[in-house]
Amino acid sequence: MIEVKGLKKSFGSLEILKGIDTTIEKGEKVVVIGPSGSGKSTFLRCLNMLEKPTGGSVIFEGRDLTQMSDKQLYKVREKMGMVFQHFHLFPHLTIRKNLTLAPVKLKVMSKEEAEESAGKMLKKVGLYDKADSYPNMLSGGQKQRIAIARALVMNPDVMLFDEPTSALDPEMVGEVLELMKQLAGEGMTMVVVTHEMGFAREVGSRIMFIDGGVIAEENTPDKFFADPDSPRLKAFLSKVL
Amino acid sequence: MDGFLQKLYDTFIVDNRWQYLTNGLKTTLIITLFAVMIGMLLGFLVAVIRATHDKTGRLKILNFISKIYLTVIRGTPVMVQLLIIYYVIFASVRIDKTLVGILAFGINSGAYVAEIVRSGIMSIDNGQFEAGASLGLNYTKTMLYIIIPQAFKNVLPALANECIVLLKETSVAGYIALEDLTKGGDIIRSVTYEAFLPLIAVALIYLIIVVGLSSLVGRLERRLKKSDRG
Repeated sequence: MIEVKGLKKSFGSLEILKGIDTTIEKGEKVVVIGPSGSGKSTFLRCLNMLEKPTGGSVIFEGRDLTQMSDKQLYKVREKMGMVFQHFHLFPHLTIRKNLTLAPVKLKVMSKEEAEESAGKMLKKVGLYDKADSYPNMLSGGQKQRIAIARALVMNPDVMLFDEPTSALDPEMVGEVLELMKQLAGEGMTMVVVTHEMGFAREVGSRIMFIDGGVIAEENTPDKFFADPDSPRLKAFLSKVL
Repeated sequence: MDGFLQKLYDTFIVDNRWQYLTNGLKTTLIITLFAVMIGMLLGFLVAVIRATHDKTGRLKILNFISKIYLTVIRGTPVMVQLLIIYYVIFASVRIDKTLVGILAFGINSGAYVAEIVRSGIMSIDNGQFEAGASLGLNYTKTMLYIIIPQAFKNVLPALANECIVLLKETSVAGYIALEDLTKGGDIIRSVTYEAFLPLIAVALIYLIIVVGLSSLVGRLERRLKKSDRG
């Protein structure tokens, strides 16, 4: 579904990604871990071109995103949901409007269809009663669940999660991870940048360790955690586990 | 007491002199209203051009023109601009003076509105742009439905203040012989040789309008604040 070839990204003279090659298949749950500053968030943000790569290509459903016009890119992003560390809900709109804004303005649904779909998603994330609240009236965990619902309303083919629980109070992490597990169980293709090792082990179909701008190691969760090959991963795991 | 009543009578009642004030007020309000509309339109346009250029590097030429506009308008007194528009730009054209006033004050206000709105746009977290983009909303749609409404809310007090300043600034319109509220009061003064009453009346009228506008804005702000509770 997503094919990444020789992906490079520099900010000025600072090279963050030094050539990433990987393929993400439909239905896969790829969990990306690594030390901070390793480039894992940049990698994720290159997948939907929020960061424009400086080299290589990202091929999504057969088309190279790095060769696309902005106009085509916006169309592609409708199919790639993204969840941010800091939620980025629209504070001036009610929860319902947060969910329906994109599908209505992009004319992929009528207002009625969007509201119906939004209602379904809100029930799914267990926050139907908050439809007429504003984002600032919610807790962090609730905000993130709404952010996930907002992305889901667009019927994405893949969901990208950029440290979705890193900004949450510890007692709210569970509810968000629970929702992501549910999503994974439904067969959603997911790429998740996270520090939650328990989640990675339980939900990931593949764990990717990014260090120094390259994929230092990737493997199935069992092998990844039980029998890491590279010394860098061993050192990293000994610190976080 | 009788003397005072006599003065009141002389100032406002004789020859229907109160009409100088009511007609003047009408002119002042018309100029202010339309100038605010032009100013807001122009200001938002320039603000979006400048912010777009700062954020994306596009619209180079429009940004350059906007910068010149801002520099010239904010670097010269509004009265000089008014005089230039009337006596230089429209020197050989017969044109309604009220229209000249509307244009001059509108163009002037636009520059200040632009900087207010631009600061509002720049104050919005970049994550809002990214959230819009990640949902497939392009730059224009993100700007229109996500950024501008938030920016507008943030700068509303400053914008309201700009409207109030504009209302008061129109008092120099008399320099192109426009009979606005200030000029109206001044005409009464020049025919009655009595300065106190007409000028205080003019000041009071401005004050009442400004206080009224301020309270309206306060109410609007409280309504917009609803989404901030939590």
